[in-house]
Amino acid sequence: MAKKRTIRSIPQERTPMRELDAKGRIANFEEVNCGYTVAEAARESERCLRCPEEPCVKGCPVNIDIPAFIEAIGNEDYRGAYDTIAASNLLAAVCGRVCPQENQCEGVCVVGETLEPVAVGRLERFVGDMAIAERWSNLPYIEPNGFRVGVVGSGPAGMACAADLAKAGCDVTVYEAFHQAGGVLKYGIPDFRLPNSVVDAEIDNLRKLGVKFECNTLVGRLFTVEQMVTELGFDAVFVGTGAGYPAMLGIPGDSLNGVLSANELLTRCNLMRAKDFPNRDTPLPTGSRVAVIGAGNTAMDAMRVALRLGAEKVHCIYRRSRTECPARAEEVHHAEEEGIAFHWLTNPVAVLDDGKGNVRGMRCVRMELGEPDSSGRRRPIPVAGSEFEFEADLIVFAIGTNANPIIGQTSGLKLDKRGYIATDDDLATSLAGVYAGGDIVTGAATVIEAMGAGRKAARSIKRYLRLRDLGPTAPAAETRDSLFGIDAGERSFRRVRTA
Amino acid sequence: MVQVTAQDPYLIVGRDDFSASTYALTVRHPMMAKAARPGQFVIVMSREDGERIPLTIADFDRDQGTITLVIQAVGKTTKEMQRNCVVGTRLYALVGPMGIPSVLGEAKTVVCVGGGLGVAPIYPIARGFKEKGACVVGVIGFRTESLAFWQDKFKAACDEVILCTDDGSAGIKGFVSDGIRRAIASRRDIDEVMVIGPPAMMKACSDVTRPHGIKTVVSLNPIMVDGTGMCGGCRVKIGDQVRFACVDGPEFDAHKVDFDDLTTRLRRYAEQERTAVRRWSENCRMREETALELPPAVAAEVVEWPDPFDDARGG
Repeated sequence: MAKKRTIRSIPQERTPMRELDAKGRIANFEEVNCGYTVAEAARESERCLRCPEEPCVKGCPVNIDIPAFIEAIGNEDYRGAYDTIAASNLLAAVCGRVCPQENQCEGVCVVGETLEPVAVGRLERFVGDMAIAERWSNLPYIEPNGFRVGVVGSGPAGMACAADLAKAGCDVTVYEAFHQAGGVLKYGIPDFRLPNSVVDAEIDNLRKLGVKFECNTLVGRLFTVEQMVTELGFDAVFVGTGAGYPAMLGIPGDSLNGVLSANELLTRCNLMRAKDFPNRDTPLPTGSRVAVIGAGNTAMDAMRVALRLGAEKVHCIYRRSRTECPARAEEVHHAEEEGIAFHWLTNPVAVLDDGKGNVRGMRCVRMELGEPDSSGRRRPIPVAGSEFEFEADLIVFAIGTNANPIIGQTSGLKLDKRGYIATDDDLATSLAGVYAGGDIVTGAATVIEAMGAGRKAARSIKRYLRLRDLGPTAPAAETRDSLFGIDAGERSFRRVRTA
Repeated sequence: MVQVTAQDPYLIVGRDDFSASTYALTVRHPMMAKAARPGQFVIVMSREDGERIPLTIADFDRDQGTITLVIQAVGKTTKEMQRNCVVGTRLYALVGPMGIPSVLGEAKTVVCVGGGLGVAPIYPIARGFKEKGACVVGVIGFRTESLAFWQDKFKAACDEVILCTDDGSAGIKGFVSDGIRRAIASRRDIDEVMVIGPPAMMKACSDVTRPHGIKTVVSLNPIMVDGTGMCGGCRVKIGDQVRFACVDGPEFDAHKVDFDDLTTRLRRYAEQERTAVRRWSENCRMREETALELPPAVAAEVVEWPDPFDDARGG
């Protein structure tokens, strides 16, 4: 064991990560963050104090043993570092890039109380990228247990759930409605933030674990969740379909041509590769003066995509102030570097028409912050007489999502008031053997939270199937089911709970 | 275990060319054939670099394990499919059935109206009503007799078929809205009118039924990407509400649909579509000049985008 580190003895400055120059990068979709070199990773690893409290582990939604993997990096044991991460998180290269670390591991880092916190996300990405480059994959010997589990949706929740169940020996099939697996990691997050090749590499790892992917399969309509249990022979099902139903602006002119959801812009660009039109067939809306409504991560992605598609000016319209902005700090920083004009405390009132059904501009009103609302953030209130107009030819809204209705329309799953799938603390739904997690349960959240939910559901499913390696407490399936007087030994589909 | 995708995924097993621009493809997908209901649609990608296009299911055969799509070559993708999708080839992707199936309720007398390409997707709805025991009047319209198809199928599924052509070359001379007027005049007891066709036609039909207070349902076909409610590109105005055609539809109360909004929104990518068609036609011509045989049906012509039901004109 090396000499004890103190806050004075460690490198004081957080090791910067090289980035593409803002001027050059907005002309292409290349990844902005270049990642750490071996030397940079080694230096940053020395900043970890190996504190006994390890708050970072608790701050991580999937509880990665962060001090252990950082120590392995310090010992130049990169494979060991990867194995440590992979024990909790299959998607190191993805999460190192897209987790909001400042609110999680890095937000609670002891070093961060005095200095900049240890760059856990960058180190995780370093390990994840090395694993992909070196083609490491952790293929434990898997003893098949004979159980078949169906996973609906191949986004982060479904991938995490599938990985854990495959490792436990289940025969896992993941269904995806799109023609490619990956969910929001593919259609949503742009290449300059998370290259699709990284996602494909992670999906390949899942395939090596024996997970099967069936694309072009719309569960609910091609077959129902109930049919997965009764007819397709699945012993358990996990539903992780994502939130996916963009909220509308609800202001005059919001159906004009040139007004679209960030999801539509991003899907066309990222998944359908419309940026290569006409070499690819999917067309893309074009605009030279773009306004994006909202200031979350999706809004940041949409703005930076618009810029790379050739927009002259991109504006961000957000009704609250910068303090309330929900995006990752790094995304706002990058967007500012790239020349996005932020208009805080500004709310859209109407989209203006050119008389031919196209967008001409936008009318907005200035806001001020009043008393805190139900979210704990100060409620924005319009300032009387502060309306103003500006020109725009493309308006993208990224103001959140509502619950996707397909599973609700086609199954007996109990939903909550907002239309999301209702689950208990174990992520069990109202149908026996059917579990759900991610955005379709919580509403829009982050990649890592969805993965955390996928892993939690995997634990519950293992318990339901009475497999070993059950992890910490929580009532066993039979206890729960027996409350309702139903034999839990019979795994065929049944509606057991109404609460 | 039931195989979700068949051994031969998305294999084209049948093709029928109705006219120089309209063709039917029959595709193997046993599970979809089993799941499909009248009124639903699919999304197709013809090849990996292709775009996702929504197509209403024109027929499904559970015994054969096939679904049938009727397509009009109006845009680049549909023209290219006309050229490339022959029996024995495969689609790159086929997902569905999507959307809420038609509500084949308790209606006793129903008029099923299809204009041009809309004749195809109205067929399974007419058949569905017939199977439920309703008296079904089919009103089908084409520009001219040579574009007409599936008259035999309609005769088998309907109690009465009113054929309309714009030029009077077959059936009555006039639009399908004239056919509806005729049906309304001869039958007092019509419970429901179901219409599929170009927006202008559906609008004209809904104007005909409105004064009679007859329940009228239309199937909308706006531009879509995913078809699962995720992108909102297919949003339509229904009364004072915004709905997504892909998951809230595609069928809506005709008397509440904002058809002008729909028509405008269908033109969103008109310019890009023209570019794509021009470029593609250019390539085809060059290939032709290098002595490749080209079916005459594909000969480049400037087609007005985006009306996917071009064979039938307005009301």
